[in-house]
Amino acid sequence: MGPETNILEMRGITKAFPGVIANEGIDLDVRYGEVHTLLGENGAGKSTLVKILFGLYQADEGSILLRGEPIAVGSPSEAIASKIGMIHQHFMLVPTLTVAENVALGTASTRRPFTDLDVVSRRVSEISEEHGLAVDPSVEVRRLAVGERQRVEIIKALYRDAELLVLDEPTAVLTPGEVDDLFVILRRMADAGRGLIFISHKLREVMSLSDRITILRNGKVVGTTTPDETSREELAQMMVGRAVRLTPEKPDMDVGPARLEVESLTIHGDRETVAVNDISFEVRSGEILGIAGVSGNGQRELAEAIAGLRVGEPGGSIRLDGVEVTDKDTRSRRDRGLGFIPEERMRDGAIAEFTVSENMVLVDHASRQFTSRGMLAFDAIRRHSRKLVDDFAVKTPGIETPTSSLSGGNIQKVILARELSASPTVLLACQPTRGVDIGAAEYIHTRLIEQRNLGTATILISEDLDEVMGLADRIAVMYEGEIVAVLPAEGATREGIGLLMAGVVEPTAQTVG
Amino acid sequence: MLKAVLGALVPLLAAVVAFAFGAIMLLALGASPLEGLNAMLDGAFGSGSRLAATAVKATPLILVGAGITIAFRTSVINIGGESQIIAGALLSTVVALTLPDLPAFILVPLVLLAGAAGGAVLGAIPGALKAYASVNEILSTIMLNLVMVQFMNFLLRGPLIDPFELEAGTRIPQTQRLSDNAALPTLIDGTRLHIGVPVAIIAAVAAYLILWRTPTGFRLRAVGHSPEAARAAGISVKRNVTLAMALSGSLAGIAGSILVFGSEGQRMVTDGSAAGFTGSAGFNGIVAALFGGLHPLWTIPSAMLFGALLTGATQLQRVLQVPAALAVALNGIVVIFVISSTPVRGWLQRSLADSGLFSRSSNRVEAD
Repeated sequence: MGPETNILEMRGITKAFPGVIANEGIDLDVRYGEVHTLLGENGAGKSTLVKILFGLYQADEGSILLRGEPIAVGSPSEAIASKIGMIHQHFMLVPTLTVAENVALGTASTRRPFTDLDVVSRRVSEISEEHGLAVDPSVEVRRLAVGERQRVEIIKALYRDAELLVLDEPTAVLTPGEVDDLFVILRRMADAGRGLIFISHKLREVMSLSDRITILRNGKVVGTTTPDETSREELAQMMVGRAVRLTPEKPDMDVGPARLEVESLTIHGDRETVAVNDISFEVRSGEILGIAGVSGNGQRELAEAIAGLRVGEPGGSIRLDGVEVTDKDTRSRRDRGLGFIPEERMRDGAIAEFTVSENMVLVDHASRQFTSRGMLAFDAIRRHSRKLVDDFAVKTPGIETPTSSLSGGNIQKVILARELSASPTVLLACQPTRGVDIGAAEYIHTRLIEQRNLGTATILISEDLDEVMGLADRIAVMYEGEIVAVLPAEGATREGIGLLMAGVVEPTAQTVG
Repeated sequence: MLKAVLGALVPLLAAVVAFAFGAIMLLALGASPLEGLNAMLDGAFGSGSRLAATAVKATPLILVGAGITIAFRTSVINIGGESQIIAGALLSTVVALTLPDLPAFILVPLVLLAGAAGGAVLGAIPGALKAYASVNEILSTIMLNLVMVQFMNFLLRGPLIDPFELEAGTRIPQTQRLSDNAALPTLIDGTRLHIGVPVAIIAAVAAYLILWRTPTGFRLRAVGHSPEAARAAGISVKRNVTLAMALSGSLAGIAGSILVFGSEGQRMVTDGSAAGFTGSAGFNGIVAALFGGLHPLWTIPSAMLFGALLTGATQLQRVLQVPAALAVALNGIVVIFVISSTPVRGWLQRSLADSGLFSRSSNRVEAD
């Protein structure tokens, strides 16, 4: 450890892209032995800043001091040589290679031209033991769970002697239990004297892990604080620039008749494995059924089957408003009142090249409202789109703007506007706020609850436990293709649901209808 | 705005550079490039009848090109123009042979419709194969081109051959002279300008209207941009892929019947090769569509340019005594330059964007 307290100082970093200043005079310092969180909404400049640090971008202005010495990072390999490590959100691992082989990739062997995998393996075991990572170097990466793969990424960085580690939204793919494990590991690495930059927008995690928090907004530093001095509400306000309601207000509703009934539904996944195993549930008018679960436990397949994009095994049944739709296509399900907000909004939810206006009528373009004498009635379409853009506060230069130039949150608002304007009897909302700014998420939550209050039966599939707990009236937990429990939202605890999501069924856990 | 100007300017520039290359070839052959250009312009536009000939040459390219825009906008790559032209020609020939005595005002529309139907079938087959069995449409359309050429040769040498050819023993693969009632009426006396030219222009306008003004076209474009999003919105990808190919094929099929009933011989004739009947319109139509930026209306002037190349080349050959292959080469060079201008255009726009001349909408920022 050097004599100075800061391992990293970034001073006056400015980076402009055409039309946007992504970073404007940003100062950031990271001390030895601290977890320093970068908090900010999409587009606030977090990623740009760490990409500059890692040599993926070059700053227009500003300087970087590493261990007190000014450095110029021209490329990621220079960053690695300077002992800067980066854990990307999407893992950079070769699934068919072993852990040791993945670690050895891109490093020089000590026995060139031959490999030194035994040496690497031994070192990996040492690192693994030292940091409590529990990873076997000889196992193939494809056999590892997501949380373990992330630990391989950490080992890769440690193997390269990283002293400054950047973790870009590392918890996005983890279960609550895995997040806890990760935080223990990160804390231990910080305690060993390393500097950690943690990027997140999940306020709960930020509060529990960070030593210091630097909040970015619109490319500028809003402030630096510590968890002791601040609160989630205050952090949200600093990120967004106005007061934000983190838990939506939800009046009690009397539930009506069942609108969506799923019975004995079994679905095979893409690899012929059983993705959803004999599931039955119903959603009633005026309620939100939240489906909690770690990604990849059958939620996607379930959603696709309800939307008519995937066929279930014979014997199962899906009823919309009492009518059998199991063999019907998406079109006829939508005609029966199904609204669908797909998980992958840019792939399934909207057409990037289409204008905002075209996406607003993507579903109903052929309805009598939007056609006249066989042609599209552009006046009616424009009027409708303009109204929806206003009603749903979509930030766009105009309705003829290509949808691709909108931000993620605004694209999601376009999809939401389209689906809600059709007054669905059943609404299937998948990850409605994933990757969306807090402000937009708050708005989307409000609209979903309004729709519930109007009597729509909503099924909310989300990996964000806070979202499920805040919105749902009942919570179904999915694990390995099955609904392991259905709980009333009232009285449910994060810990209890977290255990269910991890497949731990407590004998005391009460399961209701 | 600047972007739009650039979009039009770059392909034109490419054409100019291509002609410069043509000039070098002419010099190499010992001929004067200026005289060559003069001869080509004269041949293509020099008189009313030459202009008419150019328009007639462009007609199948307009039709095939407009059809190609429909398929490509749906993200289906239709390389089967040749087979669709042949199918349209054959079916309309059979109709004219079967019902020769119908009055012209019925028979002319009928043969054109038969052409559309024949082409539509040859488009729908690879379309449905792609949609329902994931068969690569590039392969299937190319293969069907080969199949249809041989099928045409078989029919024109056998069942459909002119009985006189059998009697005389000359056995030229052609049909008998078809009913005059089916002949496309000439618009201006003394020229070759027939009704097929306005039919093609109307078809291109119709393609435009279908794509951008109707719910059907909305669905086709939606499928073309994002089959996933279209599907999630309740639009059938399979049905629309098949439909796009059928529409695309039907326009090529009309081109086939125009090639028969707009010809001087008023009969279907082949030399046994693929281009023998179609004149490669099924391929040149793709080029015309690409040169027109995959816009049905821009396909019209674009096809006219290629039509002018074809008629101008004849004059070039006659006046300068250069080999006919030069015209083919010139055509090819124009195609190469125009096609490769697309990346140049993208590059130009990007570098202009970097210099701050463009708004951000043309260039998205990757931040966070």
